[in-house]
Amino acid sequence: MSDNKTITFALMDAPYENARSTTALRLIDIAARRGYTVNVFAYEGAVGLPFTKQAPHPNAVHGHDADEEDHPLPYQWIESIAKTAEANGGKLDWINCGLCVDERGVHEALEFTRRGTPGDLWKWAESSDNTLVIPTK
Amino acid sequence: MALKILNIVETAYRATLEEQDDTILWISAAMKGAGADIDVLLRGNAVNYGVKGQDASGLRFGDKTQTHPPRLDDDVRRLIDKGVKVYVVADDVAERGLERTDLVEGLERVSRAGIAPLCADYDQIWHW
Amino acid sequence: MAKYLLIESRDPFDSNDVASFYELASGLVQEGEQVTVFLVQNGVLPARRSTKSKPLSDLAQNGVEVLADDFSLRERGIEAARLVDGVKASALDTVIDHLANGSKVIWH
Repeated sequence: MSDNKTITFALMDAPYENARSTTALRLIDIAARRGYTVNVFAYEGAVGLPFTKQAPHPNAVHGHDADEEDHPLPYQWIESIAKTAEANGGKLDWINCGLCVDERGVHEALEFTRRGTPGDLWKWAESSDNTLVIPTK
Repeated sequence: MALKILNIVETAYRATLEEQDDTILWISAAMKGAGADIDVLLRGNAVNYGVKGQDASGLRFGDKTQTHPPRLDDDVRRLIDKGVKVYVVADDVAERGLERTDLVEGLERVSRAGIAPLCADYDQIWHW
Repeated sequence: MAKYLLIESRDPFDSNDVASFYELASGLVQEGEQVTVFLVQNGVLPARRSTKSKPLSDLAQNGVEVLADDFSLRERGIEAARLVDGVKASALDTVIDHLANGSKVIWH
C-alpha cells in the first residue's frame, strides 16, 4: 500500500549508451512498486527512452535469433513500470523535453508520455517530496 | 517557503557545439524564467565557462556553416544579470591556471571546502 | 542536522572528480550533517580492496555511512569478503528511502 510519496526524477541519458539509464529505471521501478507517484522529466538523450520505434534484433555472436535474444527495449520496461505503479495505487507520469524530442526526431513515444518544458520540471520539483537529477557525463 | 535549488555544473563542453548552448546553463535560465529560485555552482572543468573571450565560431560541414555558435561566457553573464548567483570554485580555477582577470565579472568565488557549508543554504542540490 | 545521500556512480580509476565528491561527504560531516555515500555502477569498483580503497575506509572512519549497491557488486564479481573495511552492501531501495524521507540526494 502506498504512503503517497511523490518523487521526481530528471534524466539525461539516451538508451543503450551507459549504465545510468538502467539504474534510473531500477530506481523508478522501486518507487512504482511502492505505489508512489513518480514523475520523470526526460531531458536531452533521455527522450529516447520511451521511443516506441526501438526494435529487437538477433545476436549472431551469441547464436541467438531475435526471439532467443529477447533484446531489452527500454520503452517496454517503462510501459511495464507504469502498469506496476498503477497496480500499486501510484502513477508514472513522464514528460519529454519538447525541444529535445524535436532535435532527435523521436516523436513516437509511449502514449502516456507528453511534451513539456523546463517549467514543468520546476512545477514538479515544487510539488514533489523530493527530486533526483541523474545527469549524463 | 519556496524551494531553493543549487544547480552544480561540472562537465564542460558536452555537446555545446551541436546544442549551441551548455544544456545545464540553458535549463537553469529557462527554469529561472519560469519562476524558479535557482543558483548555479561551476566546478571542475565547468569553471572554464566563466572565461572571457571563448570563441567557437567558424564551424563548417560541407556547405553548412554554423550561424549561432555557443557564447558560454555571455550565457554566464546573462544568468548573473537575471539574478542567478553563479558561484565558481576558486581551487578549480587556480588549478586550471586561471587568474581572476580571466573571468567574467559577477562570479561569486567559493573554496572547495566552502561547498559543504553552502549546501545548507539550499533545499535541494541538483548535480548535472 | 540535515541528512544527505551522496550517490557516487563514477570510479576513481577513471575520474579525478570522484575525490572531490568524497571530500564533499567529509566536509558535510564536519558541518554536523548526517551523510551516507551510496556507491553504484562503477562507483563500487574501489569497494573491492585495492590501491584506491583507502578514501572509502577513511570516510567510514570519519562518520560517513558507506554503502554499495548489491547488484552493482554482484555484476562486477565483488564478493563480500573482498570489501574494504567500512563499506557495506545494500539494496538500491536505500536511495528511494532517502528520497522519500526528504534527504538531500545528490548524484555524481
